[in-house]
Amino acid sequence: MEGLKVSDANLVVYIHPSKAGKVSQSILRELSTLLFKYNEIFDGVVLAYDVTIQNKNAKVLPGIYPCFGVKLKAKMLLFSPKPDMLLEGKVVKLGKESLHVIVLGFSSASIAEEDIREEFRYRIKHGEEVFASTSHKRHVIKVGSMIQFLVKSFDEEILHISGSLIPVNTGSTKWLHKNMEEGSMVDRLETRKKKRKDDRSEMHEHSTELLDDVGFSLKNEGRPKKSKRQRHAEQS
Amino acid sequence: MGVELATDRPGFYEMVDVDVSDSELVYHVRDALKSVSQGDSDHYNQLIAVMHYTGRLAPDEVAMLVTSLKALSGSISYIDIIHHESLLSSIFGMSMWNYGPDVMDALVELIISLAASNGKFVDSCLDMLVRNFTPPKSYLDLLGHPRGLARKHEVLDRVHSALSHIADLVPLAPMRLTPIILQRMPHMFDKETLIVIYVESMLRLESSALGEFVGSTMLMALVDRLIDLDVEISWDDIVLEDSGKGIFDMELEDVDDIIGYAEKDGFEHPRGTLGRQSLGTNAVADKLDSLMVLACEHLKSCADGERLTKVFETLLQSFWVTILNAYKSKFSQFVMFYACSLDPEHCGERFAVFLADIFVCRTHPALTRMSAVAYLASYLSRGKFLPPSLIASTLKRLVDWCLEYCQVQNGEEKTLYPETHRVFYSGCQAIMYVLCFRMRSMMDSHRLKSQLLHMPLEPIFRHQLDPLKVCLPSIVEEFLRQAKAAHLFTVSETFLFNNLLESDLSKAFGGMERLDMFFPFDPCLLKKCDRFIRPSFVYWSMVKTTYDEGEDCSSEEDINEYFDGNGKSYMDGGITRSLDEHDLDLDEFECQLNKMSITPRNSLKNGLINKLENYMRMPARIRPSTSPESL
Repeated sequence: MEGLKVSDANLVVYIHPSKAGKVSQSILRELSTLLFKYNEIFDGVVLAYDVTIQNKNAKVLPGIYPCFGVKLKAKMLLFSPKPDMLLEGKVVKLGKESLHVIVLGFSSASIAEEDIREEFRYRIKHGEEVFASTSHKRHVIKVGSMIQFLVKSFDEEILHISGSLIPVNTGSTKWLHKNMEEGSMVDRLETRKKKRKDDRSEMHEHSTELLDDVGFSLKNEGRPKKSKRQRHAEQS
Repeated sequence: MGVELATDRPGFYEMVDVDVSDSELVYHVRDALKSVSQGDSDHYNQLIAVMHYTGRLAPDEVAMLVTSLKALSGSISYIDIIHHESLLSSIFGMSMWNYGPDVMDALVELIISLAASNGKFVDSCLDMLVRNFTPPKSYLDLLGHPRGLARKHEVLDRVHSALSHIADLVPLAPMRLTPIILQRMPHMFDKETLIVIYVESMLRLESSALGEFVGSTMLMALVDRLIDLDVEISWDDIVLEDSGKGIFDMELEDVDDIIGYAEKDGFEHPRGTLGRQSLGTNAVADKLDSLMVLACEHLKSCADGERLTKVFETLLQSFWVTILNAYKSKFSQFVMFYACSLDPEHCGERFAVFLADIFVCRTHPALTRMSAVAYLASYLSRGKFLPPSLIASTLKRLVDWCLEYCQVQNGEEKTLYPETHRVFYSGCQAIMYVLCFRMRSMMDSHRLKSQLLHMPLEPIFRHQLDPLKVCLPSIVEEFLRQAKAAHLFTVSETFLFNNLLESDLSKAFGGMERLDMFFPFDPCLLKKCDRFIRPSFVYWSMVKTTYDEGEDCSSEEDINEYFDGNGKSYMDGGITRSLDEHDLDLDEFECQLNKMSITPRNSLKNGLINKLENYMRMPARIRPSTSPESL
């Protein structure tokens, strides 16, 4: 999935003298106020951070409350979707006129009817509302499916994405991964499918992990992204 | 036919024909919306007019409204925040209370879709739903009637489910919801029904799935509101006149003052609310009363749902921030009392430990510490549900702290400076107050009695700092009396207080805030919430003191086996405790006669002692000095 990036940041956190006994706790607290908000300086929504204190010495700010500034180096995991990026999310509401998706568990996205390509038609199958593809029988989007969509715009305040299912490489991720390469042999497809499923599930764990564990270490982050890039390279 | 309708009949009123399909209506609405930016607002204005249907609607008007709303739900992506501002403000201005269920459903559907479609609408949608927590002003009186109640359930059920749906679709919505709710909270001078119905919704949110995100803020806002109302009730309204009777108004026993309460369980009831006082603040007291009832009911449902421990933590935080330092909060603290009574094991203990921690911690300001120990003393005395072991262990903590304090002081001072040692004096007073209530029950238990006798009370009370002189005379008197009867210890001086409630010294240590006379859990005077508190509350009349005759103390048979630490028998030790052997007053004489019992059988009770008892009561009702500022 695009839109996630890791940035290195040099930060200074100013701590009130009353917290001098529990510095790391107050640093984490201070940084946690950044979470799930769009930050202009970082150009993204802060999802997680990994902090190392650079120096045990801190400069004291003169003033009524002599707060002291602790210098930190942090790795920030940022979410910054830009137009024309491809994102994945889970469908939570499906209606004739629109599709509602949740990305990474916190960002809401909506796709309007006119942004869903003609291929998809709204149907009611087995009592369930779905968007079914007219050209590929198995390609179905319903509540609970993971879909890949294109970003049209991103509202930074409420973290709402406006999306589109016009491009051909958008739709249900299950179907897309299965049918990535046309005309390949069945075994290769199946092993690929398995690998992608593993990667995807890893990424899902990865995303949920992000939301739970704040002081999370970013060792695993690089791998899934690379493989996706590889996949795109292969595609084109 | 459908297509023809769409083009031939531009007006909305004609669209009521059933033959028009939903999708055609949707296209029509979309056209109307699109044409606004092109300058053609006719259909658009007609649409707005539909939104403004008011009063009793005819069935076809209802149908029109429902279909228009549904059509709008289908055209969400065509709604532009700037071009369609008037339509949006009409929609957001609609009050669900004015309509029937069909319209409500359609409206709610529209609101949810709007919120999910575009981030810009989220705040307005949430705001609209929060505004629907309360009915329009004209509707308030109808709430008492069954039809009004039915409508209330219809509206609130939908509002809350809408909020929950929006939270599902827009995960960050609860974050935006909190400030909106706080902003729209009715002012404390608004009508009582308005405040109550709003707070009901707040508490409903707290119990819902959204409670995880907004719950703690809701509770804290409620406690803030309770305090706001509390401080509006002035002391003058609470105290009855008749100062000649003496400041120790007994809580209950003034028969002539009871306002029509039947006796239950042999206990007389406290006076009603401020019914006899000025009516101005009565409204405030009623509001406070209603909110307290809501809070207590909510806590009960939390306890039933096994969520109380978590909720209690929030409540405790709120108590610390808001109530503890509020100048003499009158009744709001009973919310804590009730919460503790629901779960004595965890919450009850937690509260006591919390208060004791504040008292012993030196980094808190003195006033906070004094206030905390006043709360603690009153709580330990009044909580019927508190296990005696907790009371004993907390007392021990206080005693140990006071002893340590004494030992740190050097003995050079000749004059007393109550203000300097005010924290210490408040601690001593707390110990005495708790023992006035609990001494007898502690002495009756073998294990607790030994704990109590081992507590180093004498070194504290006989110390240079002389807490017996400084603390509130009425408490000291009662304490000494009971201590003597229990042979805890005696002092050589007889303190003649002459029914003094306060002395100069006690005023000095109490300071401007008069924390020497602060007993926060004195009987709650609010009528409605009293029923929550009463079953767990210890009234002074219920307390058996150590000088009460009649009851055989259970440890009578143990008396022979009991030896104090020095190997002497208890009774010997008891008598040698009194400093002055010549000081044999009636009590001690009786005691020596009845060596086998701890409590002296006082056969002269009906005479002199009885009269004295009438004066030397516990300072259960507080009357503050008329002008604390004059200190």
